[in-house]
Amino acid sequence: MAAPVTADDLLARVDGFLAAHDPAGDRLEFLRARFDAGLAWVHYPVGLGGIGAPRVLQSVVDQRFAAAGAPDNRPRRISIGLGMAAPTVLRHGTAAQRARYLRPLWTGEEVWCQLFSEPGAGSDLAGVATRAVRDGDGWLVDGQKVWTSMAHQARWGILLARTDPAVPKHQGLTYFVCDMHAPGVEVRPLRQATGEAEFNEVFLSGVRLADELRIGAVGEGWAVARTTLMNERVAIGGNALPREGGMIGVLARTWRERPELRTPALHDEVLRLWVRAEALRLTGVRLRQQLAAGEPGPEGSAMKLAFAALTQQISGVEVELLGAEGLRHDGWDATRPEEVDLIGRGATYRWLRAKGNSIEGGTSEILRNIVAERVLGLPAEPRTDTGAAWKDLPR
Amino acid sequence: MNLDLRYTEDQELLRDSVRAMLADHAPWTRVLKVAESPEPDDADLWRLLAVETGLAALAVPEHLGGAGGGFAETAVVLEELGRACAPVPYLGTTVATRALLHLGDTDLLRTVAAGEVIALALPFSAGPPRDDREFVSKPEVQPHFVTRNSDLAARSEVEVTLSGDGEPLLNGAVHSVAEALRARVLLVPAGGGLYAVDTSAAGVRREQVVSLDETRPLCDVSLWNVPARLLASGERAAAALDAALVTGAALLASEQLGLAQWCLDTTVEHLRTRYQFGRAVGSFQALKHRLADLWVELAQARAVARHAAACVASEDPDARLAASLAQAHCGPVAVRAAEECVQLHGGIGFTWEHPAHLYLKRAKSAAIAYGTAAHHRTVLATLTDLTPA
Repeated sequence: MAAPVTADDLLARVDGFLAAHDPAGDRLEFLRARFDAGLAWVHYPVGLGGIGAPRVLQSVVDQRFAAAGAPDNRPRRISIGLGMAAPTVLRHGTAAQRARYLRPLWTGEEVWCQLFSEPGAGSDLAGVATRAVRDGDGWLVDGQKVWTSMAHQARWGILLARTDPAVPKHQGLTYFVCDMHAPGVEVRPLRQATGEAEFNEVFLSGVRLADELRIGAVGEGWAVARTTLMNERVAIGGNALPREGGMIGVLARTWRERPELRTPALHDEVLRLWVRAEALRLTGVRLRQQLAAGEPGPEGSAMKLAFAALTQQISGVEVELLGAEGLRHDGWDATRPEEVDLIGRGATYRWLRAKGNSIEGGTSEILRNIVAERVLGLPAEPRTDTGAAWKDLPR
Repeated sequence: MNLDLRYTEDQELLRDSVRAMLADHAPWTRVLKVAESPEPDDADLWRLLAVETGLAALAVPEHLGGAGGGFAETAVVLEELGRACAPVPYLGTTVATRALLHLGDTDLLRTVAAGEVIALALPFSAGPPRDDREFVSKPEVQPHFVTRNSDLAARSEVEVTLSGDGEPLLNGAVHSVAEALRARVLLVPAGGGLYAVDTSAAGVRREQVVSLDETRPLCDVSLWNVPARLLASGERAAAALDAALVTGAALLASEQLGLAQWCLDTTVEHLRTRYQFGRAVGSFQALKHRLADLWVELAQARAVARHAAACVASEDPDARLAASLAQAHCGPVAVRAAEECVQLHGGIGFTWEHPAHLYLKRAKSAAIAYGTAAHHRTVLATLTDLTPA
């Protein structure tokens, strides 16, 4: 077995790469070459953008590239691809699928979206009704997906569809890569409470997918989807920020710079939130240290739950602190933002957008079930929906 | 640069051995028996911790007879003592040790290493001051704590007079002092200085009071013409006291963490095995969501407590903020854990014959010890420049 790759090894590789490739040259050529050199996501296998290095060393590589002024792959724009599609393709895809999808995914040439939730299947994701029926050597897909961010820019979507309605719901699912350019795919913007349309509805009408677009075996879609969902929660909860780096920093700055707004009661509320924000930040620091040391803990779920509650409360207090100014909003335009920016806009925007934090990526209620059952080992609620055929369930 | 907030392998081994020791020597039935007895603590358990294993002097350097560990290790022991609600004067001796390390008092550090109890003669509610600059500029150390922390302490002023041959004599009273009943030496702030008092001296009186937390009973200390040794005066004394109280606030969080973890574990176990309505009550979402929320709080309390311990252990400049953050966060989490433990156990949880009440009382007392969460939020307001209205 080869000796493990060290930070120094990686830095030497990065420096060698930078000597041969001009960071100021063509952006895509640079990113493709970086992928081919195994310096994209260093923990991925050789040939797929990595060199099998410890995941903790990724930041070493990223920082070196950033310091050299190299272009990045705009990770927030392709977060669904990076955070969800890629680990799923890596784990469950065939060699051909990995070779086809991962490189343009990482470089950002191909944006991905997630076709999971439906109007009738949100928290109960395993109940999805979108049908995929055999059609010669491929599949014919019909259904409606919702809550789909970036669908209007996406080349591919990770799709959970029902291939057998006659078996219990978890057993009749199959996982596909949906060609978003295929005939029958219609993307409509879905405005949310903030006025923007970050998300979309996606209507699938007689969409023909080749069997090469299937990930995992027929009927194994739920197991594949769980890989995606596990990574979704890690992706949301894992950001490391400096002290006051998040939303609390905005509230603290307003408090410091606007003495005329201060009241004694709000003072204690601000301090309570400061304490909670710093506690959560340190939890993230500790979680990252554990992940880096190869001791992943279940704290990721805690991060997501606490983050959602905290952003909602901080932004709520901020709006109240602003008083009359908190009655004004900075615009209801139906824009199509590519990434969520909780800091860049006004307080009322933050307050509204934060309402989505406890719904997207698993509601806080579902996350509490997951924590209670998988972390604490408490028994599940008795269920009537797991043994019966999906087609016989009330809906 | 972030401090490492994980446990080291050695710390995990330390935890395992302390937990095993406490399982043998401090089951809750014994803890209750000690709490009900006139004894201030469990002398046998203290002997085991302080004399036979040397754990009470973990932070004392080896050349003074200590174990040469650090406060991060001490924090792990405190987690386990909190988990067992163990009636031993470990926290107070650790706090006194911090003051002695600050002063470099080798004599008294040797006394700690020999297994003796040393206590800081301050109300248990006294926390680190809001502002250290304000703290050191005051000529009188003692009244500074008094006005800040409790009206009880208003009666605890200790005066210094000089004997005929010029030796200091202490007169006065300090109320609600924790972990001092078995102390060999008291560290007494008085007249702008810090003094060491031998508790065997004539004129030292310690009266055990009925305490909310009888696993850590308080006492009222009174001193009549007691000869004392001056350890430090002025800013040096104030700095030593400050370091001790910051350490107390920081490390108490580990005790609170261990306590909260016991409450969560015990409640989870109860909800898994208690059947009503034909199902384990832990399968009801109304209950499991409460425990999930508590676990989320605990995960954060662990990061906060480890951060505070790491800051104290490395004398990080962030230690004061870390300690106040720890008490602002972990104190309320421990209280909530104990309250949930009582409520979710139902009827049995409210009885004397179930250990939940021991943890409830310990948690509430600990939330006041070394400053309440509200006090620490005011400290944080100063440190973060989030000034009041």
